Amino acid sequence: MLKPSLRRRRLPKFTDQLAIWLNQHVQSALATLGRLLDTPLPTGMTVAVIGISLALPGALYVLADNLRTLAGGWNQTAAISLFLQYDIDDAAANNLAERLRQLPEIAQVQVITRESALEEFRALGGFEEALEQLKNNPLPVVLAIYPQPNYATPEQLEVMQDKLLKLKEADFARMDTVWLQRFQAILDLIQVGVILLGVLLGIGVLLIIGNTIRLEILNRCIEIEIMELVGATAAFIRRPFLYAGAWYGLLGGLTAWLLVTLALVLLQTPVSRLASLYRSEFELSGLGFTATFIVLMSSISLGLIGSWVAVNRHLRGAEPS
Amino acid sequence: MILFDHVFKRYPERGEALTNISFEMKVGEMAFLTGHSGAGKSTLLRLIGLLERPTRGQILVNGRDLATLPQAQIPYHRREVGMIFQDHRLLQDRSVFDNVALPLVVAGLPHKEVGRRVRAALDQVGLLKRERAIPVALSGGEQQRVGIARAVVGRPPVLLADEPTGNLDPDLSKEIFQLFERFQYVGVTLLIATHDLALVKSMHYRTFTLGDGRLINDTRGW
Repeated sequence: MLKPSLRRRRLPKFTDQLAIWLNQHVQSALATLGRLLDTPLPTGMTVAVIGISLALPGALYVLADNLRTLAGGWNQTAAISLFLQYDIDDAAANNLAERLRQLPEIAQVQVITRESALEEFRALGGFEEALEQLKNNPLPVVLAIYPQPNYATPEQLEVMQDKLLKLKEADFARMDTVWLQRFQAILDLIQVGVILLGVLLGIGVLLIIGNTIRLEILNRCIEIEIMELVGATAAFIRRPFLYAGAWYGLLGGLTAWLLVTLALVLLQTPVSRLASLYRSEFELSGLGFTATFIVLMSSISLGLIGSWVAVNRHLRGAEPS
Repeated sequence: MILFDHVFKRYPERGEALTNISFEMKVGEMAFLTGHSGAGKSTLLRLIGLLERPTRGQILVNGRDLATLPQAQIPYHRREVGMIFQDHRLLQDRSVFDNVALPLVVAGLPHKEVGRRVRAALDQVGLLKRERAIPVALSGGEQQRVGIARAVVGRPPVLLADEPTGNLDPDLSKEIFQLFERFQYVGVTLLIATHDLALVKSMHYRTFTLGDGRLINDTRGW
């Protein structure tokens, strides 16, 4: 016969309590995962929705990141290409370059001689035959001018360009950076887009998980009531739902990572073919460690917050009326 | 063990359910609670299990003042009060073993201890061989015994039963009550709400009679 213990049950020692607490957490986490995997179809659908929602900002981030890498390679190009009069020879051009180097707003001047320009032109491909037809070199000397970084705004470059064109040796000038700066502005725009999209879809994920957990709570209200009757604490009852939210978040985050990585794998070959056509070494980069970490952490947090909200709204604990 | 001191319970929708109830039950005492439907039997039991709080008056259970017990302490109080219901309140998708284990799992007992105690409880109610069955596979009497095993598995000093034999035939009812007597022998305080007056009379225990929320009779057993 089970004898009743008549003495008031004291709270157990702290270390015992800690062991119980840990044990209950591990059990709850594993049991919740098992429960989710027991119903693969509904779980899979919820996870897929979360994964797709998170994959969109993730993919956009990867796009922006790759474009930035691409643009970074172009920052080395000259800010202004100054084409000299056709009759200026290399020696005169070197003289002029030396004079320009004295100006405070100019960091460096590179002289592209007529020969080297022709070589470069040949190397670009497709022009060999046309060039063979010409008796003499049609290209002028070009000065590639790199401004000091603090003189590199579009307005200042405009002023510099006007100044350069007043030189009697100058024929015409071309600015290489204006479009680059526009491109940077577009990149900044995409980055804001990533954040906006991320926030919007994050709220979406929050609502999806919150609603899923809410339905789960309603489905299990009899079980919850019985657990309260036999002395389950509010924390004990909440725990599996919070873990379910965290698991949804983690699985959704992994799905998002998988989707982005899969897309990158599919894009890798066409992108490197395109890059090789441009004689570029460019290679697509993936989400990377930090971004993956951020995606997973934010998806788990969203899961936890979503389930927390649902649990707080729908579970009031062992409240006597 | 259980003390009611001028307890009132009023529901906003249906008015006064319990009016000025006072009584005391000693440790290891077994008593019946009778009265017509709606007389307040369930309400009284619900107050002891802290499913509800009284509107007025004081209730002491195992030395605890239920009126001032903080919300966070309620689960610990319920672990000391085993409750048995007419509709059993079993989890239909869990095995008999899991159902009986629930109070221990909730209290965070180690795995081995849970198994040992659950089997001991099932042995007491004669269902040791059915631990893998799910409740729907059991008869009404067996389901009620699972409910009883769940109520006693945590070794609570107080056991409450609300119409435990409401759906059972007289023979099975008799069996259940004999089971309750065995718990009383080992010192459990039992309060059983029932309207099976014939059975109550045959068992000679203290009997509270409720009428319209008032305690109209408190007959001592012998």
